[in-house]
Amino acid sequence: MQRFLARRAVSSGVSLALLVVAVFFLSRLTGDPTDLYLPIDASAEAREAFRQLHGLDRPLILQFLDYVGDLLRLDFGDSIRRARPALEVVIGAFGWTLQLALITMAIVSGAAITLGSLAAFHVGGVFDRIATFFSLIGASAPDFWVAIVAITVFSVGLGWLPTSGTGTLWHWVLPVAVLFIRPFGLILQVVRGSMITALGSAYVKTARAKGVGARAMIFVHALRNAMLPVLTVIGDQAAALLNGAVVVETIFGFPGVGKLMIDSILQRDFPVVLAAIMVTAFAIFLMNILIDLAYAALDPRIRY
Amino acid sequence: MRLLLADKPASCAAVFLIAMLLCALLGPILLEEVASKQNLRGRNAPPFLFDQSWTMWLGGDQLGRPLLARIIVAAANTIAIATGAVIASMTIGTLLGLAAGWSRGRAGQLIPRIADVIMSFPSLLLAVIVLYMLEPSVGNIILVLAITRIPVYLRTARAEVLEIRERMFVQAATVMGASTRRIVFRHILPVILPTLVTIATLDFAFVMLAESALSFLGIGIQPPEVTWGLMVAQGRPYLVTAWWLSFWPGLAIILTTLSLNLLSNWLRIALDPVQRWRLETGGKKNG
Amino acid sequence: MAEAQPLLEVRNLSVTFDTAQGPVRAVRDVSWSVGRGEVLAILGESGSGKSVSSSAVLDLIDCPPGRIESGQILFEGRDLLGMSRAERRTINGRRIAMIFQDPLSHLNPVYAVGWQIEETMVIHGTSRAEARAETLRLLARVGIPDPAEAAAKYPHQFSGGQRQRLMIAMALALKPDLLIADEPTTALDVTVQAQILALIEELQAETGMGLVIITHDLGVVAEMADRVVVMNRGEIVERGGAAEVYRNPQHPYTQRLIAAAPGQGAMRETRQDASPILSLRHVSKRYGAFTALHGISYDLHEGEVLAIVGESGSGKSTTARLLLRLEEASGGQALYRGQDLLAMSPRDLHALRREIQMVFQDPTQSLNPRMTVYQLISEAWAIHPGIVERARWRARVAELLAEVGLDDGYMSRYPHQISGGQRQRVAIARALALEPRIIVCDEAVSALDVQVQAQVIRLLDRLKASHGLSYIFIAHDLPVVRDFADRVLVMRGGRIVEQGDVRQIFEMPREEYTRNLLAASLDPDPEVQAQRRAARQAMETA
Repeated sequence: MQRFLARRAVSSGVSLALLVVAVFFLSRLTGDPTDLYLPIDASAEAREAFRQLHGLDRPLILQFLDYVGDLLRLDFGDSIRRARPALEVVIGAFGWTLQLALITMAIVSGAAITLGSLAAFHVGGVFDRIATFFSLIGASAPDFWVAIVAITVFSVGLGWLPTSGTGTLWHWVLPVAVLFIRPFGLILQVVRGSMITALGSAYVKTARAKGVGARAMIFVHALRNAMLPVLTVIGDQAAALLNGAVVVETIFGFPGVGKLMIDSILQRDFPVVLAAIMVTAFAIFLMNILIDLAYAALDPRIRY
Repeated sequence: MRLLLADKPASCAAVFLIAMLLCALLGPILLEEVASKQNLRGRNAPPFLFDQSWTMWLGGDQLGRPLLARIIVAAANTIAIATGAVIASMTIGTLLGLAAGWSRGRAGQLIPRIADVIMSFPSLLLAVIVLYMLEPSVGNIILVLAITRIPVYLRTARAEVLEIRERMFVQAATVMGASTRRIVFRHILPVILPTLVTIATLDFAFVMLAESALSFLGIGIQPPEVTWGLMVAQGRPYLVTAWWLSFWPGLAIILTTLSLNLLSNWLRIALDPVQRWRLETGGKKNG
Repeated sequence: MAEAQPLLEVRNLSVTFDTAQGPVRAVRDVSWSVGRGEVLAILGESGSGKSVSSSAVLDLIDCPPGRIESGQILFEGRDLLGMSRAERRTINGRRIAMIFQDPLSHLNPVYAVGWQIEETMVIHGTSRAEARAETLRLLARVGIPDPAEAAAKYPHQFSGGQRQRLMIAMALALKPDLLIADEPTTALDVTVQAQILALIEELQAETGMGLVIITHDLGVVAEMADRVVVMNRGEIVERGGAAEVYRNPQHPYTQRLIAAAPGQGAMRETRQDASPILSLRHVSKRYGAFTALHGISYDLHEGEVLAIVGESGSGKSTTARLLLRLEEASGGQALYRGQDLLAMSPRDLHALRREIQMVFQDPTQSLNPRMTVYQLISEAWAIHPGIVERARWRARVAELLAEVGLDDGYMSRYPHQISGGQRQRVAIARALALEPRIIVCDEAVSALDVQVQAQVIRLLDRLKASHGLSYIFIAHDLPVVRDFADRVLVMRGGRIVEQGDVRQIFEMPREEYTRNLLAASLDPDPEVQAQRRAARQAMETA
């Protein structure tokens, strides 16, 4: 177990390091770094002063060492627009994203697993067809489009729900509902496919021969076996949400890390972008470990 | 073919996709001029005015350009970007995956790490960041989307190779003295290709959505070029007064991705000998 | 056993499956019955429909694609087919239980085995605590060491034989009136098979339940059955007492089946003049701390069939894999024409691949599913240019197919379009395409039905003479070895236990282990089997 965690940490560390290098060289080689750090309308003198202050006129390798050194001390510098440490800004926003992701994923997983299992049990039946149809539409819908249509109908048209912000519980309804659609469709598809395989397997036949009832057969015997591929998609979808549902957060004015990242990119606030990349990558690393532990908990054949 | 007809939704999807492909190929040649002609009297013209020219049946946009014609023309860019990205990522990802799965040495260890790095990042965000540093041209967008989708093929190909290389027929080829290249490309690749094609169909839809989202955020395709996602974004300010500006291109995206999903579902079943009977018996006795 | 009413009676059952090629009638108008304390065997080859009627008894047929067209299944006089799902569930597991072939896939991999056995009792109304105590008792009864610890383990942590014991414990938890055993010992080693069959017999005597045993193996019928029904293509072709049917089969199909059973022909006399073509010296293989092969040495003579027999884990297949360089040996030499096979450079090895070929156990897996028969065979010449010029490929493939008894219409077929026996013929033709000197057959006939097995053995024999081949014939099935081999090598735990001429091994085995192996193997003749059983019991009591 400890060896597994250590191995996992090393391999993720390698991945993160590669990411750090990639970000550095992309930001340095694709143009004038002052373009990244300074507002687009900054004067030539300001750029020069910035260069000298941050050592951008020194050899690339020294700059790189500085950059790595700062990262190791978790020093991303100050946000250019907000005059606060970039890390602080990002962590504040990440809290919102985390809440949104947890709520959405809890609802999505519960619904998709239950409905997908039932659809698999009644393969080809009316319920299966309806579930499959809606999951396909869900998986096909572009979230930005659903979001603006939903705002037009529910907020502007009917006036039931607020358009943006986070003030009350009502503010959460539309973002969660819009974020629900695609993961729900995708996960339901996987649950259904995996459950069809599991329900056709030899051990389910044994359960039938033992006289096990339909509900226990689906949710006790088959589901646990069918969960491994499902966990993988849940992980992927959760990762996408943790990185900030860029589009949905932007449209609903939700102060999460996705909106922060887009805003920072548009405002050329490079320290914040960098900090956001690192924080979300770390969060995803933690989540992947949780997923791996869940694998082991579900399937005794997996031992680390 | 017989199998395709057995699945009605999939047949509809195939017909729709062929129609879209024709739009993409012929649209720009035939309608380019009509689609870019501004007409101040037709600004935000409502849809379903059937007394007008057929290109106006879905209404006009904020500059009075006919929406239907614009959607048909935009199909070209939308589909070209998605096709380019899918082909590029599938080719590169598959080759890397084959190498990673076959090699027992360092390459086998290192190549999956590339996938990890890319995957530790959702594709949309990676695209946003790279496009923030690069110029948002069609070529760059294809490049960025292709890079973000490489891990999918890489991982699938690698996992399949790891399993198939232990199969008896691969060992039989080794015993005959077949070279590595022959085993990988003649024996393993044909077996995993159906799986990869199924994924590619699904991925096509994914890439289309990602491209639309990029255009919507304003870092994808730039005007005067046009894609469906960009049309949705351009219509957003007029949402309350002229809903059709955003609605139709969005619907085009949904229908295309839905068709791709249906087709991919059908492919998965048709290519799986275990599940094939579901199509072959025509589902007449389902219940 | 003249009961007025049998325990279970299947009457005129017909089951149809809908497939792409239209409806397939899996069983037609099948009737059989079994009483308390009685053993009925349903004998048939693959595709005979032998398992279908018992699946119908337990409501295990998927509808669709399956469909029960007509018939009745009377359990103590009541028709099961007329009952509701819920009512049938109260019978399944409690009154009628079933054990299957391949217990690994039939046990749920993610639950502890104790829990799975308890579940049978709990769903039929036993309390959890009582079920737990009973589980421990059952585990001890079926011979699982240390029941308390075993109950908390998962199926993958047991050996094949133990898993079948677990299945038996689960099936017998509620002392059912009827046990249906579907090929219960097919994938097991002979000595384990003998133990499992003995256990089932004992438990049947203890509880007085009825037993239906479904098998393809005449030996199992001889060992276990009071009565037998023989099935072919969905129909019962013959029925009667097990001994009478063997002595005096009426239907031509049964006659052919019994004639094809291996182990009845004359044994070969070994020629003494042959010289070694391949010599292994101290070949060993280690996987980490585990030693699979402890430095074994043997010779293969020109033109002989050398059989290597042993149970799973004996290292018999490892030898073959090392010889063909599918794995690298840890030490030793294998001399072929003065060259050490195990130390050859890749370049020399490529040339040598022509000389030594292999035929694998399961032709379904050893033939690439996406290549036609023509592509499969002619690939050899693409890899080794110079054997046959490209213009003659088609003609040569036709010749090779003719040699293995297939006509050239098969050239454009894919493996899934031909039968298992035909696939193995294609695999043999592929090996012959390279004109080898030695062919290693790794369990090459184990997956085939007896009649097909007999044909393939005859084919191998004919090819040996016409092509001057030598065979290394790896097998676990002793009767086949007895008919086909010149010399036999018995392996166990990575060592050679005994080697000698086939007659010496089968008639005067020197080692205890060889004797046990021979005693455990089943003879198709019920009378011979009865004698063996008596001898075995005498040995145990002594």
